Amino acid sequence: MLITCPYCGPRDVIEFTYQGDGNRERPQPASQDLDAWNTYVYDRLNPAGDHNEIWQHSGGCRAHLRVVRNTLTHEISSVAFTRGDHKVDARHKAEGKI
Amino acid sequence: MAEYSAFSLLKNALTGNKDWKPAWRKPDPKASYDVIVIGGGGHGLSTAYYLAKEHGITNVAVLEKGWLGSGNVGRNTTAVRSNYLLPANTRFYEHSMKLWENLSHDLNYNVMFSQRGCLNLAHTPAQLDDFARRGNAMRHLGVDAELMTTAEIARLVPALDVSATARFPIVGGLMQRRAGTARHDAVAWGYARGADRRGVDIIENCEVTGFLRDGDRISGVTTSRGEVRARKVAVAVAGSTGQVMRLAGIDTMPIESHVLQAFVTESLKPFINTVLTFGMGHFYMSQSDKGGLVYGGDLDGYNSYAQRGSLPVVDEVMSEMLALFPGLARVRMLRSWGGVCDMSMDGSPIITTGPLPGMYLNCGWCYGGFKATPASGWCFAWTIAKDEPHDINAPFTLDRFHRGLVIDDKGQGATPRLH
Repeated sequence: MLITCPYCGPRDVIEFTYQGDGNRERPQPASQDLDAWNTYVYDRLNPAGDHNEIWQHSGGCRAHLRVVRNTLTHEISSVAFTRGDHKVDARHKAEGKI
Repeated sequence: MAEYSAFSLLKNALTGNKDWKPAWRKPDPKASYDVIVIGGGGHGLSTAYYLAKEHGITNVAVLEKGWLGSGNVGRNTTAVRSNYLLPANTRFYEHSMKLWENLSHDLNYNVMFSQRGCLNLAHTPAQLDDFARRGNAMRHLGVDAELMTTAEIARLVPALDVSATARFPIVGGLMQRRAGTARHDAVAWGYARGADRRGVDIIENCEVTGFLRDGDRISGVTTSRGEVRARKVAVAVAGSTGQVMRLAGIDTMPIESHVLQAFVTESLKPFINTVLTFGMGHFYMSQSDKGGLVYGGDLDGYNSYAQRGSLPVVDEVMSEMLALFPGLARVRMLRSWGGVCDMSMDGSPIITTGPLPGMYLNCGWCYGGFKATPASGWCFAWTIAKDEPHDINAPFTLDRFHRGLVIDDKGQGATPRLH
């Protein structure tokens, strides 16, 4: 399997570290909402088809990537840096970080 | 007289083998049953068998979307062991081991259970200490375990590189003598026949496409072969758990589906007479009665529903094999294949009532489901029949994750690809 890193280009999967399901929403560090933490830590969508997931190009530029990959065919339909991620940006904006 | 015996073999040989009955019927689904078991793998079939045998519930259908034995029961590396650290796991797998020890007699079907032992190799003194701890935990619960020295290991497995110059020198190991292997197809067929002879309908090529409801309660399923109703619907679908639960409106589960590969070499003369595991990576090997070395390693490491693997893991597994057995460098690999494993968040299974009324759930086997086949079915049948878990499977709930009661034998945390 090849993953096309937006910075390095197409690279073999062995250069990347899988970081799992990218749909999960991490609660704020100070959050005491146990259900939200439990959901974040334990619950997975686990789709048979397109899966939104996070990989790190640990053997290359070390960027964190959001990859959409089909779990039946391993076809990759999109790769993007997690920085500049709309969801992350929106949250950081709401928190006044950017 | 038992259906399969030396006498029946002789009798049928003399009459031209014309009188054997098929091991199981091919019935059409009825409109309703007392219990539906979704999934005709090892666990679904053993569940149906023990429902009939232990609880007298024979009006049961097992619905299988493919053919019997097409899933993980025919894809594993056939090891059977009960060498766990945590008491909940040790008790459960030891119960399974005791069922294995009598399984061929119980089923009147030779599952070729061979107690050739399972040896975990240690490569550092710290690892050997850890194994000693696990061995003591096992013995504390009445399970056999013994520490072996390098010299004893060298006598047991002469082909191993036990030299001090090995890439990862071997300093000892933990042996469970009662562990071993079984012929996995025979387990599926034996349970199928046993259930069928007691009246269970085993329905192949019957894919569940949705659930029927009566108010809040699950009251049956829609399938590719029509609607089938039942008061109790049990799900035992391993890697497809997320997909089937989604049909019931449950979108998230503490499960990820990952592919695990397995390999077999060309047939060799007797080479290794135990199940061996490597301690400096993830590798395990045994030799089949046909002579092929059967072995495997780690998951591919990312979510997958493809029943085939990727090359980096093939490369890794072969290099681990050669680190232990340099003499195997020229042996040819015959076949490799993959199975989709239902990796739970703590590496331990789920056997429980619910999560919906009328539903029962059996999943989360990671890649240790084969050895659990008898106990999984035995406990699941109890849970279905009595609407409450047996003491042995009571810890394996679905809500243990949210309640902080995880059973994490490896201490790996909620990272399914590492269990």
